[in-house]
Amino acid sequence: MAENSNTNVVVERLRSWSPNAISEVIEFRGETTIVVPRNALRDVAERCRGDKELQFNLLSDATCVDRYPLEPRFEVNYHLVSIPRRARLRLQVRLSSDDPTVDSLVPVWPGANWLEREIFDLMGIRFNEHPDLRRILMPEDWEGYPLRKDYPVEGYRDIPTSATRYTRNRP
Amino acid sequence: MVLNMGPQHPSTHGVLRILLELDGENVVKAVPDMGYLHTGIEKSCEDKTYSQAITLTDRIDYLNPLGNNLAYCLAVEKLLGLEIPKRAQYIRVMMVELQRISSHLVWLGTHAIDLGAMSVFLYCFREREEILKIFEFVAGQRMMTSYIRIGGLALDLPAGWRQRVEKFLKMMPGRIDEYEELLTGNRIWIGRTKDVGYISAEDAVALSMTGPTLRAAGLAYDNRRVFPYSSYEEFEFDVPTRTDSDCFARYMLRIAEMRESLKIIRQAMSKITADGPFRTEAAGIIPPDREKMKTEMEALIYHFKIFTEGFSPPPGEAFATIESPRGELGVFVASDGSPKPLRVHFRGPSFINLQALPKLIEGKLIADVVACIGTIDIVLGEVDR
Repeated sequence: MAENSNTNVVVERLRSWSPNAISEVIEFRGETTIVVPRNALRDVAERCRGDKELQFNLLSDATCVDRYPLEPRFEVNYHLVSIPRRARLRLQVRLSSDDPTVDSLVPVWPGANWLEREIFDLMGIRFNEHPDLRRILMPEDWEGYPLRKDYPVEGYRDIPTSATRYTRNRP
Repeated sequence: MVLNMGPQHPSTHGVLRILLELDGENVVKAVPDMGYLHTGIEKSCEDKTYSQAITLTDRIDYLNPLGNNLAYCLAVEKLLGLEIPKRAQYIRVMMVELQRISSHLVWLGTHAIDLGAMSVFLYCFREREEILKIFEFVAGQRMMTSYIRIGGLALDLPAGWRQRVEKFLKMMPGRIDEYEELLTGNRIWIGRTKDVGYISAEDAVALSMTGPTLRAAGLAYDNRRVFPYSSYEEFEFDVPTRTDSDCFARYMLRIAEMRESLKIIRQAMSKITADGPFRTEAAGIIPPDREKMKTEMEALIYHFKIFTEGFSPPPGEAFATIESPRGELGVFVASDGSPKPLRVHFRGPSFINLQALPKLIEGKLIADVVACIGTIDIVLGEVDR
């Protein structure tokens, strides 16, 4: 399988470069996920992009999963594409709820800018050294992070009861 | 001077706001501001069963509902490990390619109207209407079709579909020539688009751009070719590229893509057999046949369970990508083994391509801003989700 040979190349290449670069390799449905320790993320990403045999030049996507109430709660996933090698890879970092911060990948792929802003906006992950970490989809003064599992689907706004509905328009 | 362009500006194609810092007529700095159309679709998906969430995907990129359905279904099918019958795959390809043409037609029409060519808009919408009629005929809906479902399709193709699509295929090449006659040699059009909005291939990749904008910069990255899905590897088509990477190149590229799509539709039509399954069979995941449901106890139980509690894919994550008219549309689905997705994330190509807008317009004239927004082909529903 092409996918598996890709896994071997990437995993071996990263292991031979630094034995601590990979904490876990997950294979599921032909997709490779490499779980990276938090402090190694940027170096591994830099390696994935710059290495002659890896060439992951396109950052396709970045997203985050909230596994509340499990810990470590957040999983930040970066989906990489190597256009010359026709391969995909997912880098994953796990973050606990008491310190959801990780190094930004904007210095590696400038395209990470808005993707990380979106994760910050909706999940509340902080990215160190991000050039412009502001809310992007929600209003600037919004409180809370809507995509977290402990944030209700209907939001925090009060649902009008029948009593308020009838009295609202009365003087 | 700081000029506030939008959120209600006709040529931002929706509710996009751009803060333009101007020096005379030149743009010094551009800061896009969005979120006006944010409806929390990703959050809503977590509160629906896997099948129910399909209707939400229609509404992300409302010019490409079938493509969104397909990307989402591919991700869930990957999670489930489902094999889709070939016939259903070909029908999917045909529908998605029709959708691509209709989306490019909306793009061409609105882009032309932004730059002052009113008549092209009317021509484009005339042909788009024909495609929407085909969708209505096949799926019962013009736009929010929800036609592609997990495991296959919602319905089989109705009798008489072949004549309809055939008629469209006969008409369309001439109509594309018509648009080209109106625009390709048009001096105003060339003046407004040539050498406007240049971006180098390196910058485009670094900014994660995909789709026509990346291919117009010279990189033949097309998911249909690089990571084939839904049997695209069996189809013969070219991936058009250009090297000049300006608005005119992107226009020429999309015109060429429409012609390629016609080729693919023709091939798909010859591959679709008159009879055959339009969805796969998987007990407990795919609704059983109506007939079986009435005669078999087990089928009735499955039917009831599918529509009340849904089905539970194994825990894991899947990321499926397709080539939408705007670029790489990715859907990430994470399951925790319950009937509702743990997380659904959409990699909207409009959202990510829009990131390059400041790069395209900074240092250029304010009149080019409109051309550049149009040429990226954003759909605000997808940008804000």
